[in-house]
Amino acid sequence: MLRIAASGDWTIAHLSAADGELRSLTAGPVKAGRAVIDFSGIARFDTSSAAVLERTARLLEEKGLRVEFEGVSEPQRRLLDKIDTYGTPDTSKAPPAPFYIELVERIGVTTREIGEEARGMLGFIGTVVSAIGRTAANPRRFRLVPFVHHMEKSGFDALPLVCLLTFLIGAVVAQQGAVQLRQFGAEVFTVNLIAIIFLREVGLLLTAIIVAGRSGSAFTAEIGSMKMREEIDAMRALGLDPMEMLVIPRVAALTVTLPLLTFIADLMGLLGGGVVVFFMLDMSPGVYMSRVQEAVDFWTIAVGLIKAPFMAAVIALVGCRAGLSVTGSAESVGAMTTRSVVRSIFLVIILDALFAMFFTAVGI
Amino acid sequence: MAQKGEPIIEVEGLMTRFGDHVIHEDLDLTVNRGEVIGIVGGSGTGKSVLLRTILGLKKPDAGRIRVFGIDLAELPEEERRLHERRWGVLFQDGALFSALTIAENIQVPYREHLHLSQELMDELAAIKIAMVGLRPTAASLYPSELSGGMRKRAGLARALALDPEILFLDEPTAGLDPIGAAAFDDLINELKEALGLTVFLVTHDLDTLHATCDRIAVLAEKHVILVGTIDDMLRSDHPWIHEYFHGPRARAALAGK
Ligand SMILES: Nc1ncnc2c1ncn2[C@@H]1O[C@H](COP(=O)(O)OP(=O)(O)OP(=O)(O)O)[C@@H](O)[C@H]1O
Ligand SMILES: [Mg+2]
Repeated sequence: MLRIAASGDWTIAHLSAADGELRSLTAGPVKAGRAVIDFSGIARFDTSSAAVLERTARLLEEKGLRVEFEGVSEPQRRLLDKIDTYGTPDTSKAPPAPFYIELVERIGVTTREIGEEARGMLGFIGTVVSAIGRTAANPRRFRLVPFVHHMEKSGFDALPLVCLLTFLIGAVVAQQGAVQLRQFGAEVFTVNLIAIIFLREVGLLLTAIIVAGRSGSAFTAEIGSMKMREEIDAMRALGLDPMEMLVIPRVAALTVTLPLLTFIADLMGLLGGGVVVFFMLDMSPGVYMSRVQEAVDFWTIAVGLIKAPFMAAVIALVGCRAGLSVTGSAESVGAMTTRSVVRSIFLVIILDALFAMFFTAVGI
Repeated sequence: MAQKGEPIIEVEGLMTRFGDHVIHEDLDLTVNRGEVIGIVGGSGTGKSVLLRTILGLKKPDAGRIRVFGIDLAELPEEERRLHERRWGVLFQDGALFSALTIAENIQVPYREHLHLSQELMDELAAIKIAMVGLRPTAASLYPSELSGGMRKRAGLARALALDPEILFLDEPTAGLDPIGAAAFDDLINELKEALGLTVFLVTHDLDTLHATCDRIAVLAEKHVILVGTIDDMLRSDHPWIHEYFHGPRARAALAGK
């Protein structure tokens, strides 16, 4: 006869060791006959222990033993019966696929996702454009207050950071340029270097990347948490258009502020370069200014500023779309925010390359 | 072993406020071990805040709170954690961890506090899921994939994970269908009988009050105005209590008994 005498506190805090012993008991071979589980030594008892003892009894019965419970108190009996009604919990899981299959699967899934994402983004742009069309046809529907609010948050509030960083980069570019050009005795061309590189490319790229990190991520997180708490659904149910309320003001605000920020970034870059040139090359501010004027024509500035609204639209659209794709979990807000920043910086650089090809083709 | 009937939660002279907005003033309440106490009161009278204050999630602005005979606020962090394992909480809106499946949500306290094998944790989670009346397939779903009522049940399953001594429930039956709510009442009664569970139950559900509560505490005018059995409530001539327990809905609920 098999006798299992349980004693002491049978609560979840002490269950681990007992469960291990009972598991190895039921896993190994047992002699047929009678088994007794003695409850009389048990001080405290809970549902988890009841589950473990029920399972032990069931497994022993499956091996052909007759199992009896001894010394069971009334509350314990009720608990055991209750647990018994739930039957054997099915905890089996699908076995993990072998590594190579999983690898192929992940490549496939990612490829499909990229395709779907591209289609989704196109669809989203279409929706936004049609919403912009509706707003243009009926300008009173344009949300002026959020528009101004987002201009302040993504434009005005970004000024200190943008100014500081572009000033520093301007100074660094000037310093490195001066050192290299001095080898040819051409250090006066440092000015051309700073002016062209900043006005055409670096001022805008730096600003766009800072704005993507600051505002693109904020758009995703804001809209994403609203999505998570069903606020977007509530808007739709109240007959409000989330595009009109959330997306258009943000896209419009960024499209207006990014060129302005870029212009200020350009000035700060030139200022940073000017300071370095003043100290390294002893060039007076007046001479610096006139050299900048010589180096730059209208199109140098225009090329930088023309690109800005497009990049702004890309950053805002990517940010808003990522926010709207958030699913129920807090984790997905984080994942989408990361994705939105990575994707908008990626697209900003791609766009810049395309523009460079375009401007080369048209010869400016 | 603690005796049934001794005080397990003692609140004395509690005052809580948000800024100038005083929620509780001079609130006294004693809950005894092994009883189910129902907390009723109008919306916004501070039932949820009282629950959070007892749990230590909000600091009382005056007064003392003792749980298990100990003022938990005075204990060092480590020791307080030990005592916090002895209760389970179901928040008003479930408060499940959105990044985890239901089974993982239930296993969070196991993982944090105990060293159990994965097999055992899966088995216990499955039992808890069955106990609260969810389908076994719910185990691998995420909270956002469940209905509101199912999230409530999953929250209850997590609250029950460690077989706590006290169960704090904030409107557990809100959003449950009547059959589910009745099953919930039965579950509470069974657990109380079998485990000697103490239940602190905030509810508006008159049927649940009738079916499960040993005593009822009425929260109004910033403190507990009456504690007693259903019969005490029915006899009270305080206007709000009278309205509550003699209103058309109360009569319907009582008529069924
Ligand atoms: N974090 C907070 N900040 C400020 N005030 C709060 C906060 N939480 C609650 N309150 C206020 O405290 C009061 C009581 O709120 P509580 O959530 O406890 O109500 P309740 O009794 O649970 O109501 P219900 O039955 O609707 O759940 C309300 O007036 C509420 O405005
Ligand atoms: Mg509440």
